[in-house]
Amino acid sequence: MPLNKLFEAKKSNILSVYFTAGFPMLEDTIIIAKHLEDAGADIIEIGIPFSDPIADGPVIQESNNIALANGMTVKKLLAQVVEIRKEVSIPIILMGYINPVLQYGIERFCKEASTAGVNGLILPDMPMDEYQKTFRSLFDKHGLSNTFLISPTTSDARIKRIDDATTSFIYAVSSSSTTGAKSGFADEQLAYFAKLKAMNLKNPFLVGFGISNHQSFSKVCEYGAGAIVGSAFITILKNSKDLKTDIQLFVKSIVQ
Amino acid sequence: MKFEVDEFGYYGQFGGAFIPEMLYPNVEELRENYLNIIYTKSFQEDFHYLLKDYVGRPTPLYFASRLSERYNAKIYLKREDLCHTGAHKINNTIGQILLAKRLGKKKIIAETGAGQHGVATATVCALMGMECMVYMGKHDMERQRPNVERMRILGTKVIPALSGSMTLKDATNEAMRHWINNPTDTHYIIGSVVGPHPYPDIVARFQSVISEEIKKQLIEKEGNPFPDYVIACVGGGSNAAGAFYHYLNDEHVNLIGVEAAGKGIDSGDSAATTALGKPGVLHGSKTILMQTEDGQVVEPYSISAGLDYPGIGPMHAHLFDVGRVQFMSATDDEAMNAGIELSRTEGIIPAIETAHAVAMLGKMEFAKDDVVVINLSGRGDKDLETYIKWGKY
Ligand SMILES: Cc1ncc(COP(=O)(O)O)c(C=O)c1O
Repeated sequence: MPLNKLFEAKKSNILSVYFTAGFPMLEDTIIIAKHLEDAGADIIEIGIPFSDPIADGPVIQESNNIALANGMTVKKLLAQVVEIRKEVSIPIILMGYINPVLQYGIERFCKEASTAGVNGLILPDMPMDEYQKTFRSLFDKHGLSNTFLISPTTSDARIKRIDDATTSFIYAVSSSSTTGAKSGFADEQLAYFAKLKAMNLKNPFLVGFGISNHQSFSKVCEYGAGAIVGSAFITILKNSKDLKTDIQLFVKSIVQ
Repeated sequence: MKFEVDEFGYYGQFGGAFIPEMLYPNVEELRENYLNIIYTKSFQEDFHYLLKDYVGRPTPLYFASRLSERYNAKIYLKREDLCHTGAHKINNTIGQILLAKRLGKKKIIAETGAGQHGVATATVCALMGMECMVYMGKHDMERQRPNVERMRILGTKVIPALSGSMTLKDATNEAMRHWINNPTDTHYIIGSVVGPHPYPDIVARFQSVISEEIKKQLIEKEGNPFPDYVIACVGGGSNAAGAFYHYLNDEHVNLIGVEAAGKGIDSGDSAATTALGKPGVLHGSKTILMQTEDGQVVEPYSISAGLDYPGIGPMHAHLFDVGRVQFMSATDDEAMNAGIELSRTEGIIPAIETAHAVAMLGKMEFAKDDVVVINLSGRGDKDLETYIKWGKY
């Protein structure tokens, strides 16, 4: 399903779940995606592992290292997405640092990702100017949406620029932090969510970073269209002996 | 040919600011303000006062007569090793701490490899009464122990980086993560001409005092500001950027950057970036990077902690790309031998980073009247344990 269809059909309580490709085992990407859809997730966000993930905290760093040690590559990931698409119909987003994508070849990457059934990309270290100049036409040509991050320190003027350059949804980072860092929201974070809501952006926004349970999920859903869960899910995967059951329980515990 | 950074933060195809949004406001604040701040009269006065009376500039340009005789050329040593704290790194930290103060920042973070940049940062923070934290790879903390203790004596908190090969790249990752988590009151003093724009330009400008002085000193000594060669080691490339800066448009001056070949360029244990790397993005800029086919950054290796980095600054990537700077390399052994040789012929024990530049003397052919300037980026005090372990003296 294209992302825009999802956002038309569902205006709130959207759950997007992030996990790192090739973690805990190389081939787990496929079953994790399938179990996530079965459990009721709305969007699947698959991380392309990178050796130097500077925006990530310890949990996702470790999953990146393990995935790389397992032999995960961009090529293998795209092949896995082909397999996933045979059974999974909810939107799939690939998220990763720009260097592996550049080395794969941006045109080749967009083409193969699109063919495999990817709906959108999040490349947090891709500058907006670079996107407008060189990437956008390729994304558009291959029907891939792009999502930019904003953070509590992003100025209103820049939020508007980002909104204008966005074609699906905005990723609102909940606090000035790397992934997984904090739990619970301070007043200034709630004020920031309220501001975003009041800005009436043309794109919906999902809140990510620090969403780990039903309480934080339902809180941010008061403001945005939904939330993105990453580190908390990776921690479940890391310790799981029964992926199917644990993923069911995890998704239920978040959305309830 | 244009060698300066353009208005978009690029040197040719290299540079830019590839940063997550969480860092955008910090980097944008710097980009908008750095030139205005640096070129105010009061900044220039403070900067030059501290460089003179605190750092001890100008550093001598010393004619190395015994070395000159041996290599049949006129060899000059630019004595950055005589700077306060023992390396060129303090030229940059003095500039950046003044910049941080004018931006109203309260805390300082830095990464360090050899510990020279960490010490130089700890020093200016003590001088200005600012709180300081330095990230350093655990492996580097072991091989550069004296510098760890110097930082601690100066009141800085040294935090070990435990990921990857636990060297400079990993310390830089941790410093960037810290900055993401502390965006408003903290300034990140990057230690080389790396990182997102405008950092490479900021650091190059502060280090450019090196070639500014060389020009003046050569007029005095040779009646002519232009040497035939300028040789400098390249980790990220800040001492080289400083030594090359005012010669970039004088294309008859041969500029030589020296990388660390480790155990040999093709040994699998090397940090010779231009020989082994391809264009890629790391630590906020597009540059030449040692990486796998799949775009994963390769763990570099060098005996010298300060050169043990898988990239070079984007300015150097461009200078390499267009052929303005010739890049060479020295192995661990060549560098250590050159360090001993400089100690024995001139009575100067260089930092092991610096010894890589000195090692080029044995690998190049000079004409008798050639004027050769080697940028002696640092002294060897911090490296005594490595010299002792190496043992061949
Ligand atoms: C003495 C000395 N020279 C050179 C370097 C390498 O850095 P750069 O290439 O930025 O000059 C270092 C780094 O720690 C150093 O301590």
